[in-house]
Amino acid sequence: MEEEWDEDGPEVVKRFMYVNRKAPYGTVYALEMLEKVLIAAAFEQDVHVVFMDDGVYQLKKEQETKGINMKNFSPTFRALEGYDVEKLYVEKESLEARGLTVDDLVVPVEVLSSQDLKALMDKQEVILTA
Amino acid sequence: MLLHTVNKSPFERNTLESCLRVCEDGAGILLIEDGVYGALDNTVVADLIKKRMGNIKFYVLGPDVDARGLGNQTMIDGIETVDFGGFVDLVEKHSATQSWL
Amino acid sequence: MAYEINGESIEHDEEGYLSDINQWTPELAGLLAKDEGIEMTDEHWEVINFLREYYEEYQIAPAIRVLVKALKKKFGPEKGSNKYLYELFPYGPAKQACKVGGLPKPTGCI
Repeated sequence: MEEEWDEDGPEVVKRFMYVNRKAPYGTVYALEMLEKVLIAAAFEQDVHVVFMDDGVYQLKKEQETKGINMKNFSPTFRALEGYDVEKLYVEKESLEARGLTVDDLVVPVEVLSSQDLKALMDKQEVILTA
Repeated sequence: MLLHTVNKSPFERNTLESCLRVCEDGAGILLIEDGVYGALDNTVVADLIKKRMGNIKFYVLGPDVDARGLGNQTMIDGIETVDFGGFVDLVEKHSATQSWL
Repeated sequence: MAYEINGESIEHDEEGYLSDINQWTPELAGLLAKDEGIEMTDEHWEVINFLREYYEEYQIAPAIRVLVKALKKKFGPEKGSNKYLYELFPYGPAKQACKVGGLPKPTGCI
């Protein structure tokens, strides 16, 4: 990507939704998805990030990965605000099934019921799930 | 007696369920990697382990628990946390290891 | 591939970014800057230190747009501008400053 960017903003803005369904360290999906989100954000797209199923565990506070010799990427979710990615959603049913509340998460999120999530998903132009 | 290791989240896969179905009383099950989510209490899958507690010995790998930010979460009563050294001891102590993938 | 400094070898990738960011020292930064044709000044260090703090907090190197915005917030509009950063790091502030600062290439820079 060119380092210089157009001060007027991007020419085409699409509604992108990234649906995170995987726990953070057992597979590489979560980290790769986060990189995709950052790239879309660099192109100033209208980014929506959803966490459902085990994806909600990506946001769990107090991750400490020294013992498994992997990079803890949970702090990067806090950088998303600076990338103007502020539309973060967590599915209520997934959170409750795991006995978690929003207080357990590293960033402020909007909690949506499956019903509300369905409606939001329907409005997207590009959807990527992992 | 066998040691079983389970590395998949019970929310996403039926690995833990299958393991429990064929697991003899007296055997050990060690939860590792994403399998550690199964050790948490107050979840919709906690009963899987609770039903067999007392018959099977359950362990969870500490470094995987900490990595996932679960160090301060409530674990199901009776699950023992081990480190990598403890993992090796468990393998040694059992007749064979069945690594569920 | 490695940088040689004080009899030590510091591994880097094919683009010159350090393999292990923990091996970075201010002295190494001087060497890396020289390779990039940059004479380090207080202004350069201000950006490098800011980037390293950002990395420490968020575990990524920021995209240029994000860096400019964050610098503007901290140091004001004069230093928080594309132009200012390009004067300091002519071959791309995010890429060059990250390299000198021992950080990985920012995500979104291909």
